[in-house]
Amino acid sequence: MYSELRNHIIKLFESNVRLDGRKLTEYRKPVTVEYGVTNTAEGSARVKIGNTEVIAGVKIEINKPFPDTPAEGGLVVGAELLPLSNPDFELGPPGIEAIELARTVDRGIRESKCVDFKKLCIEEGEKAWFLIIDIVTINDAGNLSDASSLAALAALKDARFPKLEGEKLNYKEKTDKRLDIKNSPIAVTVIKIGEKFIVDPDTDEEKAIDARLMVSSIEDGTLCAMQKGGNYPLTAEDIIKMVDIGIEKGKELRKAL
Amino acid sequence: MSKLLVNEKEIVVPGETLATGMDNLPGNGTYRDGENIIASRLGLVQLEGRAIKLIPLAGRYIPKTGDTIICKVIDVSINGWRLDTNSPYSAMMSLKDATFDFIARGADLTQYYDLGDYAVGKIINVTSQKLVDVTMKGPGLRKLKGGRVVEVASNKVPRIIGKAGSMVSMIKDATGCNITVGQNGLVWIEGTPENEFLAIQTIRKIENESHLSGLTDKIKAYLEKAKKK
Repeated sequence: MYSELRNHIIKLFESNVRLDGRKLTEYRKPVTVEYGVTNTAEGSARVKIGNTEVIAGVKIEINKPFPDTPAEGGLVVGAELLPLSNPDFELGPPGIEAIELARTVDRGIRESKCVDFKKLCIEEGEKAWFLIIDIVTINDAGNLSDASSLAALAALKDARFPKLEGEKLNYKEKTDKRLDIKNSPIAVTVIKIGEKFIVDPDTDEEKAIDARLMVSSIEDGTLCAMQKGGNYPLTAEDIIKMVDIGIEKGKELRKAL
Repeated sequence: MSKLLVNEKEIVVPGETLATGMDNLPGNGTYRDGENIIASRLGLVQLEGRAIKLIPLAGRYIPKTGDTIICKVIDVSINGWRLDTNSPYSAMMSLKDATFDFIARGADLTQYYDLGDYAVGKIINVTSQKLVDVTMKGPGLRKLKGGRVVEVASNKVPRIIGKAGSMVSMIKDATGCNITVGQNGLVWIEGTPENEFLAIQTIRKIENESHLSGLTDKIKAYLEKAKKK
């Protein structure tokens, strides 16, 4: 359906230029992170990559731990692709894109072990702190996945526990106690179009992708999560190259935190 | 007793009475309500003889007969193609208007125009119900191959084209790109990567500074400076 666009993009890639004049592995500028953008959430952050804008909020609740992990707190990530952010998004229950987005963000945070869930347990099998992250897209100009994972992490760093008054939580007063974030998992989605790899696609490039690989890594370059998408397969060499790009770009993106 | 209540180039808001009496005629963006002519959009007043017209400051493109537009194929049906016109109304291109080629009965229509293809078409008719008909038969009308399409505000299109096409031919000469500007605010550009990017930046600059006078000279200087780099 977008074969003309794809051919044109590939033609541009031969001279290492993209539709908007960027180099192949260059993020749009500026990448900004703004902390504490809402009062109602325990922690929140707004991330802008070029014109893409995402807000993430963290609510902290006390719940009964899941039966299989009685001594651990929990993490729930939800993403909402608002119709106002992209005319292609529809109202209603989350679609496949929203679920994938939420799950990849969830996986990045969970598998990087940046939050020690054992420490979130209050009473084994009865009570534990639960982190509920909500991701809301404000404007989709491409690359929601990287913006969302960055926003989720920033919101976690911003989060402060609500005041516990006996059995009840007082959300009106925040304590100074923060979450212990050990490392910062950054997701970078590396895109393959034709024979070239790019990061931070814009809306047009997203229409023409062959394959994409989301690479989450922490400071020392350790991989913590991956997600493959797109209709074309990847070879082993492709994946090695993409992971290298992902880790390198992740270091660059981490500076925005 | 007729009376004109506004001056040329005055900014008016929807609902504002522009003139009373039957001496004036309602033009684009205005309507008659009894004795009064009332603005239906936010825009600048333009007086043309007895007619009062509004030049809208913002807003979507509305299809008009005779406009040359860039449209995208969004559906292939048995008797033609449905086109997105970058407006609230989609257009229909029937088989007889699509090509000079012979189309055999039961032929696969996607070989002529497939989903997502862009084409330069001309609006031949717009009904009162805003059913739009587009033709591909005419000078300069064709399917667009290669290149890319960028969106601009449709009410800035006259500034991008310039007087008798002066602005757009200046960009074409400076960048060596092929450029087609559709009245509906879609612009098709094809050239070498750097020049294509320069053409887009120039168009964005025109869009942002369209209200300034002496724009042509400014753009000329901008293009010369960019070419030197």
